[in-house]
Amino acid sequence: MNNLFVFCELDEGRPAEVSLELLTRGRSLADTLGCRLEALVLGSGLDGIENELFPYGVDVVHLGDDPVLEHYRTMPYTSVITGLFKQEQPQIALMGATTTGRDLGPRVSSALHSGLTADCTSLEIGDHYVKKTDTTYKNLLYQIRPAFGGNIIATIINPDHRPQMATVREGVMKREIINKNYRGELRRIDVSAFIKPEDLAVEIIERHMEARKVDIKSAQIIVSGGYGVGSKENFAMLYELASLLGGEVAASRAAVDAGYAGHERQVGQTGVTVRPKLYIACGISGQIQHTAGMNQSGKIIAINNDPMAPINSIADYVINGDVAEVIPRLIKYYKANAR
Amino acid sequence: MNGIKIVVLAKQVPDTRNVGPDAMKADGTVNRSVLPAIFNPEDLNALEQALRIKESYEGVTVTLLTMGPVRAAEIIREGLYRGADDGILLTDRAFAGSDTLATSYALALAVRRLAPDLVIGGRQAIDGDTAQVGPQVAEKLGWPQVTYAEEMHFEGERLIIRRRLERGVENVSAPLPLVVTVNGTAPACRYRNAKLVMKYKYARTDTELQAESSDYIAAGRPAIKITEWGVDAIGADPEKLGLSGSPTKVKEIENVILQSKESKRLTASDGDIESLVRELLENHTIG
Ligand SMILES: Cc1cc2nc3c(=O)[nH]c(=O)nc-3n(C[C@H](O)[C@H](O)[C@H](O)COP(=O)(O)OP(=O)(O)OC[C@H]3O[C@@H](n4cnc5c(N)ncnc54)[C@H](O)[C@@H]3O)c2cc1C
Ligand SMILES: Cc1cc2nc3c(=O)[nH]c(=O)nc-3n(C[C@H](O)[C@H](O)[C@H](O)COP(=O)(O)OP(=O)(O)OC[C@H]3O[C@@H](n4cnc5c(N)ncnc54)[C@H](O)[C@@H]3O)c2cc1C
Repeated sequence: MNNLFVFCELDEGRPAEVSLELLTRGRSLADTLGCRLEALVLGSGLDGIENELFPYGVDVVHLGDDPVLEHYRTMPYTSVITGLFKQEQPQIALMGATTTGRDLGPRVSSALHSGLTADCTSLEIGDHYVKKTDTTYKNLLYQIRPAFGGNIIATIINPDHRPQMATVREGVMKREIINKNYRGELRRIDVSAFIKPEDLAVEIIERHMEARKVDIKSAQIIVSGGYGVGSKENFAMLYELASLLGGEVAASRAAVDAGYAGHERQVGQTGVTVRPKLYIACGISGQIQHTAGMNQSGKIIAINNDPMAPINSIADYVINGDVAEVIPRLIKYYKANAR
Repeated sequence: MNGIKIVVLAKQVPDTRNVGPDAMKADGTVNRSVLPAIFNPEDLNALEQALRIKESYEGVTVTLLTMGPVRAAEIIREGLYRGADDGILLTDRAFAGSDTLATSYALALAVRRLAPDLVIGGRQAIDGDTAQVGPQVAEKLGWPQVTYAEEMHFEGERLIIRRRLERGVENVSAPLPLVVTVNGTAPACRYRNAKLVMKYKYARTDTELQAESSDYIAAGRPAIKITEWGVDAIGADPEKLGLSGSPTKVKEIENVILQSKESKRLTASDGDIESLVRELLENHTIG
């Protein structure tokens, strides 16, 4: 009872990256709280899926395996989850801030009358003191999120309602296996007990999913280009540098909008959040919507011909110059010095 | 579908997309007075979807519903200029400070009173940025929802909707009544219609009329009223509204000031670039 639950989404039948990241964070929060970490998986044909989750320190996997759950649909998923949560009374429930999690989370929170915080960038445990009533709430979930187009960061709490629900985007938390031999318990959910016929009102006619191709999120080194790179042709230099360094090419939204790079490479608030070891920002001004997606990078190099560009204030190295001169020199001296 | 009644959920929001340095006060709160208040962008996409249905069938009505301060009547007029039939402003002190759950409680009660067949909202508002209100309203009504819509049309009595997902598209078929939220990738909203601007320019809520000068009233403008509803009109329980009705509380707000770290300044010269590359190789940043 009162444990920490993570709704584990599936991606082509395997646990989604964001769900594994949430399990990793969930494990450490559960340790702080002294409670169990429980995972909830819904889908069809999922034999053995629990074995992919236990290594993240999952104590219980609740598995709803039924053909009716094959593809995500709002109502049947909501009914199963709210039904299970009413029984299990979790204190915290986490979901990915994916198109699925952001469709499902509010529906579940509304049904349970519990608060939901969207798109958290950090989750911590802490206390909260209310002066008026002189009460201290112990061990609340601090849900830290940007709002107002990324211009403010708010810490949100849900003192009186459970579960405390939050969604988190992919790439924000780190994923780490705790122990590959960790074994928890598997519990099967009686799906038919929760689903009502009217839950099936919306029918899926067809789905076209594209396979994930470019993966800038797991790249250790990112060479990112902005509008200042000037053209799609100039992006070729960035690809050359990235491939030499074993990295990936990313882009700002202005560069994507200009057609210099595909949308799957966009870093920022409406793109991907990345935290590589090294982020080289080429001709990127450094607007908040962009930096929100990369300011956790280990080291940042800014290449910009404007000495006052905002990106410079978060960079470890500021190269004041033209992208078209600097990149070829980086390539040249890397080739000359690397072994 | 002839004769259906559509409610469009629309929110007036500060334009957070081009926030200048003066948009934040020293205490970290937002200085709303310097930001222009606009029609939430994706709610315009939602309105366009409703207007397209209205044009394709007989007897369809489109009503805008917005909850906010009196000033939010501006976006109702904006909707009327583009082809909506009427609008309801949900305004009351008791609504202030509502989180998404309390907001959706109030909106759902207002929708119930309007008794439409279809509710269309935007995916997300650009200030709170949660995308939670649409699904929460649907749940409160006990209706199905379809989120991230970019195209929709009727086939018989069912709506066929194309949803934009992060990795592709999904086509679904849904019955009425239904809540749909519309994605920014859907067609942009049509422009104002000059005739409608003339017609609705002086549409006012009661509260707005009281604030108008006597000259304005003496000019005898055509009296088009925008309906104002408060807590009583929708039969809301005040305990479920505002701060008391909101499970989430804002504990702290921090203005995002980029923290300046010590940065090394370099030029594009061969010497500077070569020493940078060597430094990065030595400290294993690259290898
Ligand atoms: C810094 C900050 C952080 C916040 N974080 C959270 C949080 O994590 N969780 C939470 O529950 N609340 C949160 N809130 C409160 C939330 O912003 C408000 O409840 C807000 O009124 C509705 O949420 P939204 O702007 O996110 O709307 P969204 O859910 O993004 O709006 C989606 C759609 O719903 C419709 N809609 C939304 N509001 C209205 C309205 N007033 N009138 C008509 N239609 C509307 C529109 O069609 C809109 O496009 C936060 C507020 C602040 C200031
Ligand atoms: C709701 C919303 C969401 C957004 N989401 C994102 C997002 O996810 N990701 C994102 O990136 N943006 C996002 N944006 C857009 C963001 O606000 C900026 O407009 C965008 O990041 C700017 O891209 P840029 O820095 O490439 O272009 P610009 O701002 O045009 O900057 C170009 C820079 O290149 C420099 N430059 C020009 N020529 C050269 C040269 N020859 N050599 C060196 N430097 C040169 C200039 O000095 C300038 O600093 C969003 C905006 C909104 C409103």
